[in-house]
Amino acid sequence: MIIFVQSLLSGILVGGVYALIGIGLTIIFGVMRVINFAHGDLLMLGMYLTYFFFASMGIDPFLSIVLTAPVMFVLGAFLQKVFINRVLNALPQNQILLTIGLGLVMSNTVMLLFTSDYRILTTSYSSSALHVAGISISTPLLLSFAITVAITAFLYWFLLKTDTGQAIRATAQDRDAAQLMGIDVKRMSVLATGMGTALAATAGALISPTYYIFPQVGSSFTLKAFVVVVLGGMGSIVGATLGGVVVGATESLAAVYISSGLKELVVFVLFLLVLLFRPAGLLGKSRM
Amino acid sequence: MSSLLKLEKLSFSYGDLRVLWDVDLEVHPGEIVTVVGSNGAGKSTTLRNISRLVKPEAGTLTFDGHDLTRLESHQVVGLGVIQVPEGRRIFPEMTVLENLRMGSYVKATRADRERNVARAFSLFPRLEERQKQLGGTMSGGEQQMLAIARGLMGNPRLLLLDEPSLGLSPLFVKNIFDIIKEINRQGVTILLVEQNVFQSLRIAHRAYVLETGRVVLTGAGEQLLKDDHIKKAYLGM
Repeated sequence: MIIFVQSLLSGILVGGVYALIGIGLTIIFGVMRVINFAHGDLLMLGMYLTYFFFASMGIDPFLSIVLTAPVMFVLGAFLQKVFINRVLNALPQNQILLTIGLGLVMSNTVMLLFTSDYRILTTSYSSSALHVAGISISTPLLLSFAITVAITAFLYWFLLKTDTGQAIRATAQDRDAAQLMGIDVKRMSVLATGMGTALAATAGALISPTYYIFPQVGSSFTLKAFVVVVLGGMGSIVGATLGGVVVGATESLAAVYISSGLKELVVFVLFLLVLLFRPAGLLGKSRM
Repeated sequence: MSSLLKLEKLSFSYGDLRVLWDVDLEVHPGEIVTVVGSNGAGKSTTLRNISRLVKPEAGTLTFDGHDLTRLESHQVVGLGVIQVPEGRRIFPEMTVLENLRMGSYVKATRADRERNVARAFSLFPRLEERQKQLGGTMSGGEQQMLAIARGLMGNPRLLLLDEPSLGLSPLFVKNIFDIIKEINRQGVTILLVEQNVFQSLRIAHRAYVLETGRVVLTGAGEQLLKDDHIKKAYLGM
């Protein structure tokens, strides 16, 4: 029983970060109907930026989010204006090629700058843990989950309660109607891509104390983000939150009860089952 | 009287298909002007050109001295030219109240939000009862009320109504036209596009008849109701 609770709990904690990755992807998709296949690479950039701040200036990885997130927001806004904006009305396969291409440029640029060596970011609390009632919880995981919850709560408030947040949702729900409300949908697209990018990078920062950092780390996260988002329902933020936690918990339980080598397989089987029986995702909504 | 909205020789094509041919149209302050015609005559396309959702091939669009062809959609809304689109286009995952709030997204109109919500509720008491309901779950008639109310939230100087009676029950159709008349009486200039020729000619000061993208007839609403061509082609008399 203890093992079950232990693995479920750490799964949920990791799932929080997956949720953050998924929410970023779903915001971008919701507003522009473009699937960002560079999402994992943006996360990778977030990891390297965090690593850079840590290695060269000694800034704590969780603290450096306040630098990483704005820098990556600007990068995302730039990518939208210069590249993605041009393919908004293009065929889906062309949009996919563009974002995959952007991702390749990012990972290869990083490889050029930092080599393809694996890097580890070790903080004073990297391997420390909290022990409560026989269950041990890794400190960096707990911290990252707390930050995730805070960011997600802020995001929900922003999207539900502020005029700009509602304008982003309106653009996602009906782009033409949003324009008729006086909403500058181009600006909303820039904003959404910036936010999605900042969220991916934040997730990168949050996992940097517990994951290997290398230029190709993004691809597995792109796939994971895609699973998280489709599982919850494309374009649904609540769905992505739920999807993240489900994927995290499934991975963790599978690693304990089946085999850690097969945990991804279990996630993909679950993914296929959901697609089979609930093709629109768990929450089945396509809008934010 | 100087015109509030003026379209001169407006031409538009969807790809190779010409939809509008040299359309001239004027709306004076305080008027209800209607554009009637059958399906595919180019009525909605005319409104989509005014709101800059599409770009014309040729011609000028002027609102109160502003050249609309230089502006983006959201800037046109900023001038007070507000369209209530065909098919309502309610934000389905937003509540009635949120939909109304989106109607006053333009910064200059936010100060009047409370007052405008109150006006919307007094015009459509049904919306007040349903204010927490999601827009997508409402009936067609309720959505049409919401769409018009949402349009009024932006303090329109010119309200563009695209087929407000489409898909409504006959009883409600009469209701909608009475409401349009009431909104106009409160000082809002209206450009109404309709397939319901009889009802719209009845309330309009002036009317344009659009056939396959060309203005074929224009005149006072009452006068066109008596026109032989109109009677035969649109009123089945």
